[in-house]
Amino acid sequence: MQWETVIGLEIHAQLATKSKIFSGASTAYGADANTQACAVDLALPGTLPVLNEQAVRFAVKFGLAIGAHIAPYSVFARKNYFYPDLPKGYQTSQFDKPIVGLGELDIVVDGKVKTIGVTRAHLEEDAGKSLHEDYQGMTGVDLNRAGTPLLEIVSEPDMRSAAEAIAYVKKLHTLVQYLGICDGNMQEGSFRCDVNVSVRPMGQEEFGTRAEIKNLNSFRFIEKAVAHEVERQIDVIESGGSVAQETRLYDANKDETRSMRSKEEANDYRYFPCPDLLPVEITAELLDEMQRELPELPEAKNQRFQTQYKLNGYDADVLTTQRAMADYYEAAVKSSGGETKLVANWVMGELSAGLNKENLAIEAAPVSAERLGGLVKRIADQTISGKIAKQVLELMWSSDDNADTVIEREGLKQISDTGALEKMIDELMAQNMLQVKQYRAGKTKMIGFFVGQLMKQTQGKANPQELNKLLQEKLKG
Amino acid sequence: MYNKSLKELSTSLRNKDFSSVELSQYFLNRIKRFDGELNSVITSNEKAALVAAVEADKRLQSGDGNLLTGIPLLHKDIFCTAGLRASCGSKMLDNFIAPYTATAVSKLEQVGVVMLGKTNMDEFAMGSSNETSFYGGVKNPWDLNTVPGGSSGGSAAAVAARLAPIASGTDTGGSIRQPAAFCGVTGIKPTYGRVSRYGMIAFASSLDQAGTFAKSAEDAAIMLQAMSGFDEKDSTSVDRPVDDLLANLGDSIKGLTVGLPKEFFTDDLDAGIREKVEEAIDTIKSAGANIKEISLPNINLSVPAYYVVAPAECSANLSRFDGVRYGYRCDSPKDLEDLYKRSRGEGFGDEVKRRIMIGAYVLSAGYYDAYYKKAQQVRRLIKNDFVEAFKEVDIIASATAPSVAFSAGEKKDDPVSMYLSDIFTIGVNLAGLPGMSVPCGFVDNKPVGMQLIGNYFAESRLLNVAHQYQQLTDWHLAVPTGFGEEA
Repeated sequence: MQWETVIGLEIHAQLATKSKIFSGASTAYGADANTQACAVDLALPGTLPVLNEQAVRFAVKFGLAIGAHIAPYSVFARKNYFYPDLPKGYQTSQFDKPIVGLGELDIVVDGKVKTIGVTRAHLEEDAGKSLHEDYQGMTGVDLNRAGTPLLEIVSEPDMRSAAEAIAYVKKLHTLVQYLGICDGNMQEGSFRCDVNVSVRPMGQEEFGTRAEIKNLNSFRFIEKAVAHEVERQIDVIESGGSVAQETRLYDANKDETRSMRSKEEANDYRYFPCPDLLPVEITAELLDEMQRELPELPEAKNQRFQTQYKLNGYDADVLTTQRAMADYYEAAVKSSGGETKLVANWVMGELSAGLNKENLAIEAAPVSAERLGGLVKRIADQTISGKIAKQVLELMWSSDDNADTVIEREGLKQISDTGALEKMIDELMAQNMLQVKQYRAGKTKMIGFFVGQLMKQTQGKANPQELNKLLQEKLKG
Repeated sequence: MYNKSLKELSTSLRNKDFSSVELSQYFLNRIKRFDGELNSVITSNEKAALVAAVEADKRLQSGDGNLLTGIPLLHKDIFCTAGLRASCGSKMLDNFIAPYTATAVSKLEQVGVVMLGKTNMDEFAMGSSNETSFYGGVKNPWDLNTVPGGSSGGSAAAVAARLAPIASGTDTGGSIRQPAAFCGVTGIKPTYGRVSRYGMIAFASSLDQAGTFAKSAEDAAIMLQAMSGFDEKDSTSVDRPVDDLLANLGDSIKGLTVGLPKEFFTDDLDAGIREKVEEAIDTIKSAGANIKEISLPNINLSVPAYYVVAPAECSANLSRFDGVRYGYRCDSPKDLEDLYKRSRGEGFGDEVKRRIMIGAYVLSAGYYDAYYKKAQQVRRLIKNDFVEAFKEVDIIASATAPSVAFSAGEKKDDPVSMYLSDIFTIGVNLAGLPGMSVPCGFVDNKPVGMQLIGNYFAESRLLNVAHQYQQLTDWHLAVPTGFGEEA
């Protein structure tokens, strides 16, 4: 039997606000346990939540970016359950009246565009962390994360393969960073993913029973977890069983999913509107303001790069995946004097390689866009060759000097002076008559020998085009 | 001395007839002398109070401060007070000292009041007799065999026995007005959102509102004035200027229309109480007010609606008491579930558990629509009834409670009958309106209270009517036998 995979995703994007969603405590990652939990976060009696307006603005921006309906009136609800890292005994979330309603996102897989529905996105607070290691059979609780604002983005079950799911997650990952509402750091848990997976016989309308795989924090894990889960479900059905509706955990070490709790064990969360918070009202003015603040979105930027800079689709994709990368590229093009393709090659090539080697983000690039542009400019006007340029970049990497300073100081300027080159060629030919004869006897590949020798002599500074031209003329005799 | 008004006390303080330290010591002595029997004060703040009184005296000397500077008072133990236990009447918080002070309390501190201690209350404000307190019941100073009402029974009894000139309370379904009526004192609960709830331990967030107990409407107004106002730490507090509550106290009430809801004057109302309330209404009429019968058609649904909404909210509000971070924790829990079950099972009393269970039930899957949602719809109907009524009348009057103070133990094991003692007060909380209780006579030597209900943010009008009534009567000045001696 042929099986079709059906996937829906719930993504938790941590909003990049300075303080928590209902308190003034800091959201910075990595502080000592419980140093960033105030009385509200600890749920001391008598404390009350006050909504962080910035979180609301971020949610609205997201909604506008996916063309979603923004609810003029949304409501926070209490989701009740007991857990040591949930200080109030309920999570303040949004239930039947979320701030962002139906929207959509286009993904491209194998060159085909597909539209994925975004059911809703709602604001909620994160829980703290339970620490099971280092406590000899006891559990430690760290509430620094408690109250961190999250935007939970729920998709329609529109994806039909792991590849589509990954494309969707990547698209969202890019989008939230473009909007500046989430830092996208998956290792630190700023962008987490729950995947709902089911299978059904190809052609069947009805969905199969789904399993939810919780807390996948890398693209690779999503792919592996989906692949594994699809296989597991098909096995279960084909061996005469039925898939249980349950929550499963992906174990990256064993590369398998295992059951966490079944539907029967699922909590009754007893949602009801939180009486400590007023409904969130979104005014027309706020919508206008957020619309004005929306940056150019990835898709539009990608298209513009292709038309304005004449880049191919691949280059445009790579350069627009991160907003900071795109900004870098544009600034470098500007200071290069409009060398669009050459700058693209250098940003995607040497610069990215250097950054990867040192595990640096583009924002932390040791060579600024302006300096890289200046370097490319000197390649374009033939002051230096591409090969020399790599040396120059290396020297720029560890200093604040610009390309011109380095070229001048190191004497790397290209030799394009015909007279000087001719003189060198004449001398070399006189010393190597045997090779000259061989060339003239038809062994034209011998030109490489002369190029190599002369490059060595000039420490690579000879203008290669000029050199080739002159050599061909002289060797012909 | 103990029967002096705040204005008289303040004048004496400024005239140096006595100092705030002396005044505070005087009331501390009264507490020592009389409260052994009453059990209205569960935490003494004597040492810190005298320090605060010294500070207040300095302010008074420099001519600083206002009518409340140097005045001693008591706070209901539901308010967090930095450095001093806030037990909320529960074993769960018997060891809890908040690191912060409730906004309502700190607003009073800013004008230089002297907190003598914290008053007894029903556990987590759940009760109408003060009998659910972990610290034992409070006795009604008018008859030591009867209850003071609840949940702010400690504050009401303390003011009635003149252990302090004023005291704070909170009112979720009648918890200021009913004990005020039972103890023969004046109590006001302002409009929902008028006083910040920050630092006030929550029972039912959409209903809880802080207010005051005093000997008179004027004193209640002075204290409420200082507590009121917008607080950015409470999203439900209302950002609107506070009226001058003293400015209109002396206004004539001639031409004012007082509405009497016919649903509150049926044959079910105790005949003795009815007679006293009608006498009071006649007095108000004699001052020139018009009396008009009105109808609140859905008001009879207020008790059932309340006993869905309030438990629902409390079931979530009390989830934080889990033995993990603070408060009571059971001995050597076996595992997490055992920690939860025993900490909560041992830390909470029966009434609290009852309400948590009702709340969890009405919110549970499959019952939400039939209970919680329906109750919220009923709540809207009740509110609309009041809104309609206030198109025709300026103020609404009724009895505060259907009976006078009942005997200790009488209703302890009959929760429904206990719940019905708030039948006249609960609708006001559901609608979020301001309400008060003023003493209007005695039945069987027990005080009777008249409830006055005002329109939204019309505290000033409410207090004006109460004050004018108190100009014509002296029920509010009566002191229970046995507490009349100077100490």
